[in-house]
Amino acid sequence: MNEINKIRGKTAVVGLAEAGCGVTPGWSAMELMATAVHDALDDAGINLSQVDGLFAATAFHSMAAMSLSEYLGIRPKFADGSNIGGSSFLAHIITAAVALEMGLINTAVIAYGSNQRSAGGFKTISEPMPYEADYNPRMPVSAYALAAQRYLHEYGAKKEDLAQVAVSARDWALLNPRAYMHDRGPLTINDVMSARPIVDPLGKLDCCLVTDGAAAIVMTRSDKAKDCKSTPIYLLGAAMEHHHRMISEMPDLTRTSAFESGQRAFEMSGYNPSDMDTIQLYDAFTINPILFLEDLGFCKKGEGKDLIKNIGPSGSLPVNTSGGGLSCVHPGMYGLFVTLEALRQLRNSAGDDVGKRKEGGWLKDPKLSLAHGNGGVLSSQVTNIWGLEETI
Amino acid sequence: MPEILTNQVGPEKQFYDFLSDGKIKIQRNKNTGEFFFHPRVAFPGTGERELEWVEISGKGIVHSSSCNRRLPEKGGDFNLSIVKLEEGPCMMSSVLGAEPDQVKIGTKVNARIDNTGEKPRVVFDIAKD
Repeated sequence: MNEINKIRGKTAVVGLAEAGCGVTPGWSAMELMATAVHDALDDAGINLSQVDGLFAATAFHSMAAMSLSEYLGIRPKFADGSNIGGSSFLAHIITAAVALEMGLINTAVIAYGSNQRSAGGFKTISEPMPYEADYNPRMPVSAYALAAQRYLHEYGAKKEDLAQVAVSARDWALLNPRAYMHDRGPLTINDVMSARPIVDPLGKLDCCLVTDGAAAIVMTRSDKAKDCKSTPIYLLGAAMEHHHRMISEMPDLTRTSAFESGQRAFEMSGYNPSDMDTIQLYDAFTINPILFLEDLGFCKKGEGKDLIKNIGPSGSLPVNTSGGGLSCVHPGMYGLFVTLEALRQLRNSAGDDVGKRKEGGWLKDPKLSLAHGNGGVLSSQVTNIWGLEETI
Repeated sequence: MPEILTNQVGPEKQFYDFLSDGKIKIQRNKNTGEFFFHPRVAFPGTGERELEWVEISGKGIVHSSSCNRRLPEKGGDFNLSIVKLEEGPCMMSSVLGAEPDQVKIGTKVNARIDNTGEKPRVVFDIAKD
C-alpha cells in the first residue's frame, strides 16, 4: 500500500458553513471569515477552544492563518496559510488530514473570507508576471482565454460548447435559493454568446461572478467524528500537483495537472470516476469544467465538449450542482465553495438539514462526491474525494 | 559569494540588456543543446548550470492567440499570443500588423524588438512568405 494511503478514511468533515455570500456592504473579509468559522463549529457542536489546527488563505491577508487565529482568540498548535491560489483550501485539507492522523492536532478549521464585491471588485494579490507583464495581459482571464482558444482549435470545439457550461450552471442555480443568480432566470446559449466580449473567446457570462463570501469547514479524526452533531463526511482520496505559474509556461494549454492529481486521488480512494455521484469542479471560466472532466478521467481528451451537454439538472452527470462559480458564488478564491457543495450533497443525502432546494436541486442518495480545485492560471490542481461512512 | 553573482548580472537583466543591444537571445543547455525560456539560473527540471545565450532565428508559429477587448479611450483592443519559437520554447507576446482578433493559430511570425515602451520587448509580425 502506498504510504499516503494511510490517510484514506481516517479524517472527516464534521461542520461546515458559509457567510455573507453575495453582497455584504459594511462587513470586512475577516468578519465574514470568522462568522463562517463560528457557524461551522456550531454545525459540528464543537467549542472554539478545541480548535488546535488552523488553515486559511485570502487575498486580503498576507498571513491569513495568524490574523484569523488572533481574531478568533485561539492558539493553534499547527497552522498553514499556504497560498496556491483558489485550490489552496483543498490542499489545506490534505495537510490537515496528515496533521490530524499523525496526532499533531485534534480539531482543524479551514477557512476563507472575502468582501471583494463590496470593497470595489475583483481582489488579487498576484504580482505582475515577469516576461508576460510587458504585453498587458488582463489576468487571470487572458490566460484562460488563451487556453480556451487552443482547445477550440485542437478539438474543433465551438463557443457554443463553452456557453453550454454557463447555461447548465445557471439551471442548477435556479434550483438553489442560496445562489447569487437564483432569481435571474435561465440563460440561453445565445445570451452567453452575445454577452460583452472580455478576452476572446470568453465573454462576460463565460467568467465567474464577483461576489463577497466566506466559508469554513471543521475536520477531525474519524474516531472522534461520530460524537459530533452532524453526519461526518470522510476524506477518501486527496492529491495535488502543479507545474507552471505563468500561462506561457504551461507545457500543454489543453492538459492540466488535474490529470495527475485526479489519478492519484482516485487511486487512494479505491474508486473510479464512474463511481462519483456528484462532481464539483472549480469553474472560474467556462473552459475549466471541460478541461477538468477530461483530465480527471470522466472522458477522453477532446470529448469534454460533448460531455458537458449532460451536466445540467436534467443530464446524467451532476456537475457544479450549487450553480458553481458561474452562477452561485465566487468571492475571488472559490475552492472552499467547491468543497462545501461536495459535502452538502452528501450531508443532505444522509438526512442532515443543510438548506432547502427546489425539486432536483438535491441529488437522490449520493454517497460519493468529487471536489476539484484549481489555482493560478490552470496551475495548481487539487482533487479531494469525499464519501459517507459506508464508502470507507 | 560565488564569483558568478558579482561578475555578471542575473539572467533576467541579461535578457533585457541583450534586447537593449538589439539582440534577441535565449538560453540553452550547453550539454544537450536544448533551449528554454524564460531566462533562469539553471536548466528547468534538471538544475544543470552550464548554459549559454544564443541569438534566436526570430521565426515562430502562433500557438494560441486572443483579442483582449479594451475601451478605445484606454488604447483599444489588442492582441495577446503565445508564440512557439523555432528553437522550441514558447513565449507570451503580441502579434502586430493584423487586426487583433484576426491572428490565427498556426500563422508563421517573425520576431522583432519593440522599443516604443518603457523597456524593450519582443513582438511578432506576420511572416510574408
